[in-house]
This record gives sequence, C-alpha cells and structure tokens, in this order.
Amino acid sequence: MMPVTQASDYAREVDSIYMFITYFGIFFYSIIIIALGYFIHKYRRRRKNEDTPDITHNTALEVIWTVIPSIPLVVMAFWGFNTYMQARVAPADSLEIKVIAKKWAWEFTYPNGMSFGQEMHVPAGRPVKLVMISQDVIHDFFLPDFRIKADIVPSRYTQLWFQADEPGEHQVYCAEYCGRDHSNMLAKVVVDTEEQYQQWLEQKAEEAMNMPLPELGKLLYVNKGCNTCHSIDGTRIQGPSFKGIWGQTHQFSNAQPAVVDENYIRESLLQPTAKVRAGYEAIMPSFQGLLREREIQALAEYVKSLK
Amino acid sequence: MAEVLTQRTPAAVHQPEGNFLTENPGLLNWMFTVDHKRIGLMYFWTIMTMFFVGGVLALALRTELLTPKTTIVSAEVYNQLFTLHGVIMTFLVLVPVIPATLGNFVLPMMLGAKDVAFPRLNLLSYYLYVFGALLAVGAIIGGGLDTGWTFYTPYSSTISGGVSIMTMGAFVLGFSSILTGVNFIATIHKLRAPGLSWYNMPLFVWGMYATAVIQVLATPVIGITMVLLLMERLFQVGIFDASLGGDPVLFQHFFWFYSHPVVYIMILPGMACISEVIPTFSHKPIFGYKAVAWSSVGIAVVSFFVWGHHMFVSGQSEFAGAIFSFLTFVVAIPSGVKVWNWLATMYRGSISLGAPMLYAIAFLLLFGIGGLTGLFLATVAVDVHLHDTYFIVAHFHYVMMGGTLIAFFAGLHYWWPKMYGRMYNEFWAAIGCLLVFLGFNGTFIPQFIVGSRGMPRRYYNYLDQFQFLHVASTIGSYVLGIGLVIMAATLIVPLFRKRYDAPNNPWGAASLEWTVSSPPPTHNFHHVPVVTHGPYDFKAARRLEQMESHS
Repeated sequence: MMPVTQASDYAREVDSIYMFITYFGIFFYSIIIIALGYFIHKYRRRRKNEDTPDITHNTALEVIWTVIPSIPLVVMAFWGFNTYMQARVAPADSLEIKVIAKKWAWEFTYPNGMSFGQEMHVPAGRPVKLVMISQDVIHDFFLPDFRIKADIVPSRYTQLWFQADEPGEHQVYCAEYCGRDHSNMLAKVVVDTEEQYQQWLEQKAEEAMNMPLPELGKLLYVNKGCNTCHSIDGTRIQGPSFKGIWGQTHQFSNAQPAVVDENYIRESLLQPTAKVRAGYEAIMPSFQGLLREREIQALAEYVKSLK
Repeated sequence: MAEVLTQRTPAAVHQPEGNFLTENPGLLNWMFTVDHKRIGLMYFWTIMTMFFVGGVLALALRTELLTPKTTIVSAEVYNQLFTLHGVIMTFLVLVPVIPATLGNFVLPMMLGAKDVAFPRLNLLSYYLYVFGALLAVGAIIGGGLDTGWTFYTPYSSTISGGVSIMTMGAFVLGFSSILTGVNFIATIHKLRAPGLSWYNMPLFVWGMYATAVIQVLATPVIGITMVLLLMERLFQVGIFDASLGGDPVLFQHFFWFYSHPVVYIMILPGMACISEVIPTFSHKPIFGYKAVAWSSVGIAVVSFFVWGHHMFVSGQSEFAGAIFSFLTFVVAIPSGVKVWNWLATMYRGSISLGAPMLYAIAFLLLFGIGGLTGLFLATVAVDVHLHDTYFIVAHFHYVMMGGTLIAFFAGLHYWWPKMYGRMYNEFWAAIGCLLVFLGFNGTFIPQFIVGSRGMPRRYYNYLDQFQFLHVASTIGSYVLGIGLVIMAATLIVPLFRKRYDAPNNPWGAASLEWTVSSPPPTHNFHHVPVVTHGPYDFKAARRLEQMESHS
C-alpha cells in the first residue's frame, strides 16, 4: 500500500494502478527468485567436466514468454494514460487559483485578486484549478497526497487540478531543482469546508485592507517571500538585511550611492536590478504588477520600522 | 568438429614468452602505445580513479542526509557535491566503463584480431577522455557548479561560473565516446577471423556492436546541444532562455534525446558481460542466441524514441505523453526477455559459483528490481506522482549500479585472470560480492519507500518524518563502500603474488580470448586463428584444449 494519504478520488485511482503494477512485479520477481534458487541448487556443478545437454533454443517457449507478460503491460499503458487525462482536463466550474513560483517562494492568488502567503486555502468537494507560471527558473508544484505534479515554466502557463474529499492539511513541495534553497521551497494546501473557506477569504481580505501599514508590510514580508532572502535581524542571507537600513546611504555596484527612502524601496521592488547593493548578486525578481500601491507603501513603512 | 584454433609450435608452448604487460616497459611506451590491451588497462585505472572519487562523494552525500538539517556541509556545497557525483558517475564512469575497458581489452581477441581497426584513433579517444574529464571536473570544482548532472535550462544558462567550461568538457568527452564507437563498428565488420560468422560471435560482441551504433548516432546530439548552450551564454542567442525568447523545455528534449539512449550505452554492455558469464559458469550454451543478439539491436533502435518519458510533467502535450509511454513499454519487453534467456541457460546446466557468476546472480536480482520498478515510471499517471522523487533515484541506481556496474564487476572478475594473468581469492571475492549486494539494497530500498511517500530528490533539508529511512539508507551505503574496498583489495593483492598465476582458460570458456596465454602476448595470436565452433560450444573447446595439451 502506498503509505501516503489519499486525499481525492484521483489519488485512489492512481494507487489502484500502482498496486496493479506492484502485484505484477511481485509475481514476476518471485518467478525469477524461485527459478534462480532452484536452478542453483538443483544444477550445481558436482564434478569437473560434467556434461550438459545442448539446449540452444525453443521458439514456442520464447514466443510465449514474450507475449504473455506483454498483455498486462498494455493494460498499464492504457489505464495509466486514461487516468492521467483525468488530471489534465479541469471541470468548467473549477475554482481558479493563480500560482507564481520564484526562487524560493510561492504566491497563490485567489479569484478576488489577493494573495495571502505560503498556505493555499481551498474548499473541500469543489474542483480547484491551478494556473501556474514561474518568474525565473523551472519549478514544480508537487502535491503528493493528491498524486499530482506539474512543472512550472517561465513564459508559459501550465495547469493542474484537484478536488479534495474533506478538510485537512497537505504538504506542497517544489520538485524541480531550482538552486540553493530548493529544499526549503515548501508550502501547504489547507482544505477547509466551503463556509470556512469563504470566511477565511473575507477575513483575510478585510485584514489586508484595514491593517495599519507597518503591520501589512510585516505580513507581506512573509507572504511575498521577502524573508527567504532578507533578514530583519542583521544576518546576511542572499540579499542585504532590512535591519536599520532606513535613512542610510547605500553603495551600489552599478549606480551612484543613494539614501534608503520610499522611492528607493519602490524602485527596488519594481526594478530590483536598477541599483544592486555592492557585494551582492543581482538575483532579485521584479514585483512589477504584483503589488498594489498600498502594499508598496506598507513594505516601505515596515522597513522604516525595523530599527 | 574439433579443429586447431591456434597452431602453436611445441617450442612456443614451453618457452616462457613475453606478454603485453612486460614487453616494451617504460612510461613513454605505455603513454604512446597503440595496443588495445594497454589502452584498455589505461582506461581501466583512469575510470576506476574517477569511480573512487564519485563513490567518496556519494558517501559524503549520504552522510549529510543523516539528519534533516545541516550535518556536515552547507546547502551550496551539497548541491555541488551531487552535481559532481552525477557528472562523474554518468559521463566519466558509466558511459565508458565497459566498452573502453573490457571492450577494448577483449573485443579484438574475441574476433581473433591483433588490434582494433584504428589503433591510433583508439589512443586518441583515451586522451580525449582524459582531457574532457579534466575540463568537466575542473569546471565543477573551480566554478562551484550546482545544476545537477542534467544542466536544465534556464537555471544552467542564468547562473554564473563554470557552465561554459563544463559544456566544453562534455563536448570533448562526446568525441571520445564517438571514436570508440566508430572503431568498434569497423573492427567488428572487418577484422573477424576466418570462420567467425556473425552468429558465431560471442554475445559480448553483439552487445558492443549495438552500443557502438548508439554512441555514434546519439552522442552528436549532446555535442550540438552543448554548443547551443554555449552560444546562448556567450553571445546571448535566445535558444533555451525564456528571457531571450528561447524555450527552456527545448533543452530537455535535446538533453534526453541523447541521455535516454545513453542509458542503453550503459546497460547493453552490462547485458553483454552477463551473456558471457552465465553460459560459461553454467557450462551450457546460451539459450536463444539469436533472440539475445537481436534484442540488443532492437533495444538500441527503440531507445531513440522514448526520451519523452523523462518529461511527462514538463508540460509536453498529452498526445506525446501517450506515445512515449507506449514506446517505453515496448522497449521494456526485450530487456525482460533477456532475463528469461539467462535463466533458461542455467536450466539443466552445471552451475559453478565462481565470483563472476555470483555477480551475475546479483545482477539478475538487482536489474530485475530496476526493470520492474521502471514499469511504474512508464505508466503516465503513476510517473506523475513518482517523478523527481527518491523513487526515481532508487530506480536508476538499480539499473545503473545494480545493472551496469554489477555486470561490469562480473566481467571484471571474469576477465581479470586474462588481463593480469593472476587468479584472485574466491572466498574474499564472494565476501566482497555479498557486502556489495546487501549494502546496495540497504542503500536504495529505503529510497523507494521515501520516494513513494513523496520526498523529492535533490533536497538538502527534508521533513523529520523521513529521517529513519534516510539513516537506514546511509548505513547501507557504508556497507556498500566496505564491500567495494574488499572487492578492490581482492583483485589487486594477487598482482603482487606470483603463486596466483592464471592458466590460459581458468573457467573453461569457449571464445577465442581464452585460447591465448594469460596475460596475452603483445600481438594476441601468433597465427590468425580459424574458428570452427560456436562461442558457447564448451565441449568442442574442451576437446581442442585436450588435443593441444597432448601435442
């Protein structure tokens, strides 16, 4: 048995094929082991120059042992492909969530146009369709409990869909190697009941609109994945720390020195490579079109608050 | 029909004659030799050095994975280590290991020839290998390359450091492989001894022939791909990088168009070794010679049309997925049939369990698991779940190490007496084989489980729930390492002990390389041998030997 939660009908179907192949494998592997063990024991060499019969071939036997095992293989091929097609075509009434993958964080955008961090909330019993794109290298959305996976490629949308049986929490991995923090590019799918999901969505949206700016900035710092590269305690990760930088004059490898203020933060978010901090690499992705005005202000306020 | 194979004068039998190891000593004579046997041995020691490095890296990787977070190295170093391990093991060890060492050494002798068709080209291919290996390994270490051995774009085309030089290295290595292939094809076509028809050739030669065809046809594609990657990096020509207008998935097509056939460049020579060892140690002709021979060629042809099964989740079309899945099952059938042929060869045989046979049995058991787990991955819906997890890692190690390398060890123990003229201690060889077998399973069975539970590969940190299985895997890898050290010691120690001298034909085999002394004379045969019996006609070979010893 595959010792992984089966969170959908599709997962159960995939596991049925998995078990079919397992039984096929056990059957034929047993034949190999038994034949091997029996022959080694029964036909072991007893004396020097022992004679053996001149058996060279047996066409009928060879045809049989080629054709018979091939039949279950045909079953595997068709069953596997038919099931796979179910995972490719999302029902028309699916809830659509946009997924953006970047080194090394996820962003899930809901139909209301908002995104709330590394946990994807979905309602149980409703098909969910993911429309996914990468901002840099190839990533891969892997949801083992649902037996689904798809690469996320830059400049091209890829899709997945799933439908959860019941509320619960499921691990998401990035399954395509994407550099240093590949193994930290994790997320969760949280399955709620339909009402819980709606409540959660409304509550989050309200929180985001009414939240004081520094608090919203703090939330965005985590939700948008800033924290994977920028610390707030002065330690160096990929990028410079945010601690105490407000009002300082920074040196750049490709521009004149500048003071850290609202305009600098704004530019760093929208055109990150315009001014690259001396001693750091130009690896930050642009957030152009991904942040509202209020959110940019919030992030600037948050940086200002980090003394 | 027992005829004289090599007509030696009685004087030549009794006089101790020079052999290829002792004639023309000196470093320069070795470095500029065109003798296929010496080139084979130079390849052997070079490749084994790379195998040792790759193996130590593997142990370092396994040690890091003892704990879910940092154990001995940082994430950057870990990523570089698995890249280096992958590149060394695939391009520098698995691809050349059997053709360039055992193939170079025994193939001309099996054909009754003095050397390969183009001896100088053979030496050139050795030096191209050394040069390519230095470039590739130097680039990874010097540039801190961390792309994994697959170099997927756009990651590989956007990161800095080493990629360009590494690319050059892969290009040069490709030529080394192509030249070996061309050489073997010409040798097999033109240099067969009188009487050695195609169906009288040992199956090892058939395997080498099929391998050579793939080497010549598939390797140029990786060369071209590497040149395109280089053009993108140096001149910003948009081919694979989306930000330059290229298509990142195109790289995967090019890469696997070579790298899937390359799997068969690795496994066909392994099957070729097993097809020699099992009949010889069962003292019975191979069952279904033609089926085994032609299935090698069949596998070689179909292997060109299955590359897309590496890309079921890459976003390629569903229709392509269906075709590639179907063709993958098609290529599985001839591989499976060979297993039946080997088993049927043992039926009513007279089986002696020498070290080569022990490794051949280990091969059947491990390659069986490697092949059967491949069915999960050929089935599209199941592959989607298992793709890029530890299940894949375990599967290809079962095929590549459990298949190719274990078969190589079988062949190495089989031809070692011929190569160095010394026998090894069977007891210690058996202990080595047992530890390799147990350690290997201990390493990779836990990885099947961890993978089917969803743990992705190339993960430096992992969830706590997987730790137990990772610790088990690491302990297995240590046992495997100890087994390999015992194996190496068992083979090397007798080289310094004259009392282990090997006879011409220690196993009672029937192909031509066993009719000459061990180690063979420089020019292999004093007279062109005439072949009068099949490669697995052990009775005829025995009668011939008896006649010769009476004369």
